[in-house]
Amino acid sequence: MSEVKNILLVGVGGQGTILASKILTTGLMKAGYDVKMSEVHGMSQRGGSVSTQVRFGEKVYSPIVGKGSADVIVAFEKMEALRYLDYLKQGGKMVVNDFEINPLPVNVGAAEYPEGILEELSSKCDVLSFKAGEVAKELGNPKAMNVVLLGALVKALGGLDDIDWDAEVEANVKPKFAELNKKAFHAGYEL
Amino acid sequence: MKVIMSGNEAIARGAYEGGARFASAYPGTPSTEILENMPQYGEAVYSEWAPNEKVAAEAAIGASIAGARSFCAMKHVGMNVAADPIYTFAYTGVTGGFVMVVADDPGQHSSQNEQDNRNQAKAARLLMLEPSDSQEAHDFMKKAFALSEKMDMPVLMHVTTRVCHSKGIVELGEREEAEVPDYEPKIQKYVTVPANAKKLRATLETRIAAAREFACDCEFNRVEMGDTKIGVITSGVSYQYARETFGDDASYLKLGLTFPFPNKLVEDFCSKVDKVYIVEEMDPYIEEQVKILGIECTGKDVVPRFDELNTDIVRKAFFNEVPETYTTDKQVVARPPALCAGCPHRGLFYVLAKKAKKQSIMMTGDIGCYTLGSAAPLNAIHTCICMGASLSQGHGASIALRNAGKDTKVVSILGDSTFFHTGVNSLMDAAYNKGSNLNIILDNRITGMTGHQQNPGTGFTLMGQEASEVDIPALCKAIGIKEENIKVVNPNHLDEVEAAMDELLPKDEPTVLITRWPCVLKKFSQQDIDEFPTLHKTQCKIDQDKCKNCKVCVKTTGCPGLINSKDQVVIDTTSCNGCTVCKQVCPFDAIEEVTL
Ligand SMILES: Cc1ncc(C[n+]2csc(CCOP(=O)(O)OP(=O)(O)O)c2C)c(N)n1
Repeated sequence: MSEVKNILLVGVGGQGTILASKILTTGLMKAGYDVKMSEVHGMSQRGGSVSTQVRFGEKVYSPIVGKGSADVIVAFEKMEALRYLDYLKQGGKMVVNDFEINPLPVNVGAAEYPEGILEELSSKCDVLSFKAGEVAKELGNPKAMNVVLLGALVKALGGLDDIDWDAEVEANVKPKFAELNKKAFHAGYEL
Repeated sequence: MKVIMSGNEAIARGAYEGGARFASAYPGTPSTEILENMPQYGEAVYSEWAPNEKVAAEAAIGASIAGARSFCAMKHVGMNVAADPIYTFAYTGVTGGFVMVVADDPGQHSSQNEQDNRNQAKAARLLMLEPSDSQEAHDFMKKAFALSEKMDMPVLMHVTTRVCHSKGIVELGEREEAEVPDYEPKIQKYVTVPANAKKLRATLETRIAAAREFACDCEFNRVEMGDTKIGVITSGVSYQYARETFGDDASYLKLGLTFPFPNKLVEDFCSKVDKVYIVEEMDPYIEEQVKILGIECTGKDVVPRFDELNTDIVRKAFFNEVPETYTTDKQVVARPPALCAGCPHRGLFYVLAKKAKKQSIMMTGDIGCYTLGSAAPLNAIHTCICMGASLSQGHGASIALRNAGKDTKVVSILGDSTFFHTGVNSLMDAAYNKGSNLNIILDNRITGMTGHQQNPGTGFTLMGQEASEVDIPALCKAIGIKEENIKVVNPNHLDEVEAAMDELLPKDEPTVLITRWPCVLKKFSQQDIDEFPTLHKTQCKIDQDKCKNCKVCVKTTGCPGLINSKDQVVIDTTSCNGCTVCKQVCPFDAIEEVTL
């Protein structure tokens, strides 16, 4: 496979995009791919919009996903999917967590949270949306939401079933959360 | 072994493998994780947080003169602070290999300016390396120490945000020990009185000439010949964007050692290609050198001079190609960063903003989380230039306004880490020269903005050891601020803050207000738990029967823990830290504090 695949994980600071991308990139490396990942640190802890970019293939040069080139975008928060829509490749897939986090201007009443985001996205591109937090909650802990989304991402990418994702999940979470997160990964994958 | 590492992790590992024994830094995005990743290498490399970049550079210079391989690290603006020692250390040269890692931030992801420090390597005459990904960050750092010793020049390792914070696969190696020789003074080398310095200046030219020769035939600079219609000269992460733009249809001169500039190598490469393109971020550093050699090239006439590059931008610059994208007419709301729920800076700003409604106050600010106090609804910071500047600007402004007969008062605000960085000198100026500003030191017991680094006031070191603690009130007194003009308050107690301001603000002499309450995201030490017993033990709750939905709490505090919808405000139990600022501002007494 010489073609480079591009993935964007977007969300709000503190949602766990980093753990998801860590599991993803180590899995890909062990499968023999060249992998690069880029994220911008800084004020992300303070409620800002965050994006992690992952690229993999036989040889990857740039660590940055360009506009119109993401094969899959996983949005941990709904409005973030819309913010990064122009990064999606023609025919690419969106995995969207149906979950809202109010930005400060909405909270202080200076702006309104846009309505009808999922309808807007679905009218343009291939969208899989679900409430990842609820899926995780049913498994025992809403915090495993990020790994549910990771499972859905791996499925959307396709062709990565040979990777031992259970082992990667286990290696990257505390032992007492290993079972929960493995279940979360599979729940996301089966959606 | 192969692992995935960020550029910063790779630099730390490279330093360890390269035989470094001493590392010092002041944090700053995007460089911070370099030193944060040092303690894992244990005693092999001693590592520390210095109070500022000049001190970090000087400490590492001292270790080098003593014979140990050493390095310092900083963000781009830190190099301005550290410029004084490094410009002269270039003259003397090194004993133990010395590397200064400087991380530029093209695109200003988290910086107050964008400056291309490759110019400083040229101006100060430092041997410059520019890695383009994590593997090179590791390899270059590892080799930099021996190179510095061989050329007798300090090395400037120039990296950028996308090198520091991107991850890639790195092949690790083993540590190479470098022994520290028995100490021998070298007075003519290291005492830069003019008689010595003039000679050193001359030998520096010889060292540069030798390094230039080396640069033309070394592993850091590489030619990748392909189609010869286009020849691309590039360095750093720009190489990656160029490689994706031009693919195999071009030849590349990928530069990793860019000062001294490898003239002969460049001339040779350019003679083999029809057209020369230069792909580089920020300033035309390579382009100017190429043009001085009399070679025609295309660079900044098409590539932007500011902001970071990426493949899209390079492709558009040279081929005018734009990717096809999905678009939407829906408006997306921005997510400006905000002070966290429970941030101890909020209470202080709330009171200050209230005071500023009643009288004219100029609020000189500084760099840290508290710069967010400039945002609505607080609007309580009016300036932000560089670290430490709040107090000195406030001093100058207070005198200028006083002498012009204005009754505007000046309040200057900085954090604990920023105070230790350079604020101490500024406060000395106010005390010594009789200014009249109120100097506020927000002591949240940690360096917050850059992700919680220890500092001289926190009681711990980078390597996790217990340390002495600066006594801020005693320091202010020692500097010359009168004891009765120094107050320490709990910023979450609005009455206490207001009373202190009422007392200090009218005075016509420099005064100091210290707020002392920890950052809520900090990992608390036993000492914090003992000193601040209510931390994370309480939360606020809105009694919806008493609440009149007036929104005063949301609109005056801007706390993200208050979730506002049309018909009610509720407190988010996952983020509330019980600071009680909302409870204190509620006009209807509808908010209560509950113990968890
Ligand atoms: C010369 C320089 N060095 C480093 C930085 C990066 N930097 C910005 S804010 C900050 C720390 C501020 O900490 P503190 O003053 O304690 O305030 P807090 O963020 O905790 O409120 C640092 C290191 C910078 N902007 N300029």
